[in-house]
Amino acid sequence: MQRRTFMATVAAGVAAPAAGCARGGTDGDPGVAGETLTLATTTSTVDTGLLDAIHPDFEDLYGVTVDAVPQGTGAALETARNGDADVVMVHARGLEDEFLRNGYGVNRRDLMSNDFVVVGPGDDPAGVRDAPSATAALAAIADARAPFVSRGDDSGTHAKELTLWAAADADPGGDWYRETGTGMGEALNIATQQDAYTLSDRGTFVSQRPRLDLVVLLEGPIGGGPAALANPYGVMAVNPGVHGNVNYDLAMAYIGWITAPDAQAAIAGYEVNGEQLFFPEAVSEDPDLRQYVPEGRRDEEG
Amino acid sequence: MTVPLDPAVAPLVVGFELPFRDGYLPSIIFVSLYVSVTAVALSTLVSVPVAVAVGLTEFRGRRLLTSVVNTGMGFPSVVVGLAVLFVVSNQGPLGPLELVFTREAMILSQFVLATPPITAITLAAVAGVDDGVRDAAHALGGTRVDVALAVLREARYGIATAVLAGFGRAISEVGSVLIVGGNIAGADGVSKTRTLTTAVQLEARQGRYETAMLLGGVLLALVLAVNVVVVRLGGGVGR
Repeated sequence: MQRRTFMATVAAGVAAPAAGCARGGTDGDPGVAGETLTLATTTSTVDTGLLDAIHPDFEDLYGVTVDAVPQGTGAALETARNGDADVVMVHARGLEDEFLRNGYGVNRRDLMSNDFVVVGPGDDPAGVRDAPSATAALAAIADARAPFVSRGDDSGTHAKELTLWAAADADPGGDWYRETGTGMGEALNIATQQDAYTLSDRGTFVSQRPRLDLVVLLEGPIGGGPAALANPYGVMAVNPGVHGNVNYDLAMAYIGWITAPDAQAAIAGYEVNGEQLFFPEAVSEDPDLRQYVPEGRRDEEG
Repeated sequence: MTVPLDPAVAPLVVGFELPFRDGYLPSIIFVSLYVSVTAVALSTLVSVPVAVAVGLTEFRGRRLLTSVVNTGMGFPSVVVGLAVLFVVSNQGPLGPLELVFTREAMILSQFVLATPPITAITLAAVAGVDDGVRDAAHALGGTRVDVALAVLREARYGIATAVLAGFGRAISEVGSVLIVGGNIAGADGVSKTRTLTTAVQLEARQGRYETAMLLGGVLLALVLAVNVVVVRLGGGVGR
């Protein structure tokens, strides 16, 4: 711990003058042209092709480059925690709140959402189709000891899965529960090959569906299913007070751009295999103030 | 190598349409070669003099040193990647250089991976040179440098093999370049730190196995081409 603090101090001391130089001219231009924004994000935003589709607008507008590093949510937050990214886009509110609470992130905004779906073999041996809720669906899988593929990689999807198991009061374990430690795409491939169930974000599932032998057995809120399967994405800047080297100006420019009507419309218009994958959340006539309240505190606020 | 296939013919050649945008494949080939060739060149510059020096002198701890180098050949690339990440991360000693997620960081990790095999195989090649060569060089009044050069000349086939082994290790590994490079390609489809191996991993993780295999084939062809070049430069290994 002490060593970390020491290194951070040394790094900040050396980096601060460099950051000062990099800030650029003040004579009218935004001062960020030619710079590179490092975005730590999840595999779902990259693998679905969303970021490749919308980023050219931002890059042209500011004359900058965006380096999107696809990792699981846990790894993306760790990258940001080390000051190796300028902005983070992930989907696990609990982990995001912890990140903010520890001072590593600032200015979080709700960005967009899609939902999780429970997918599995068409013959549905555990009877998930008839489950009234997400927790009931997982409980049915546990009762039937039907094969279930877990990401097991500290990703946003994995975090959601663990929350659901806890809510279902089930303690997954044994032969049927298979932790793969892989990304969503690989987990879906493994589920296909093993006739197993898994929890997937809709985006990755839809973009891979033609190559999978799995069907949606329990829809998320987009398909009329339970709200517990909502999958909201947030975007936040790395705190320049903790990591003096981060490009905070550009990070805020990015957050401003992606939460503005144009980019939000581009997100809404992005389709794979004819299906919309992400639903914009940032622009509304009636903004949701609860987005600024940590997840666990909302009930206290009423 | 990067001659664009006629779009009408391409599907016939590879069996299906390439699912890449223009410039994607050439750019990941370029990044793969740039990183691996640079890393192996630097490794060779360090390894060969070290191996010759160690091979031609007797000193205490020489066997221990040899064992350490040989062990280095088995370094798991993921562990090397983590170690390099720790060094280049903003929190690490080289943090101020901002090397994380750059090709330079990838070169650093591949340098660490390629150096042990190049050193070890060169050392074995130098040790295998007939003592008569050394004695003759001495007898002819050669300096230590002359002796070393004479030995290098004799060991050149082995050294070419060493370089190829190092290159093979560097270009085919995926663990460390994924961690320190971040597998980044721009929104325009041009690779920044995506290599052939991390691109294969990306395709495989999305279940696009045919595309992954195709990229694997490109990688294999590339390694073959580099082998041919090095063997020619080395004057024909094992002729």
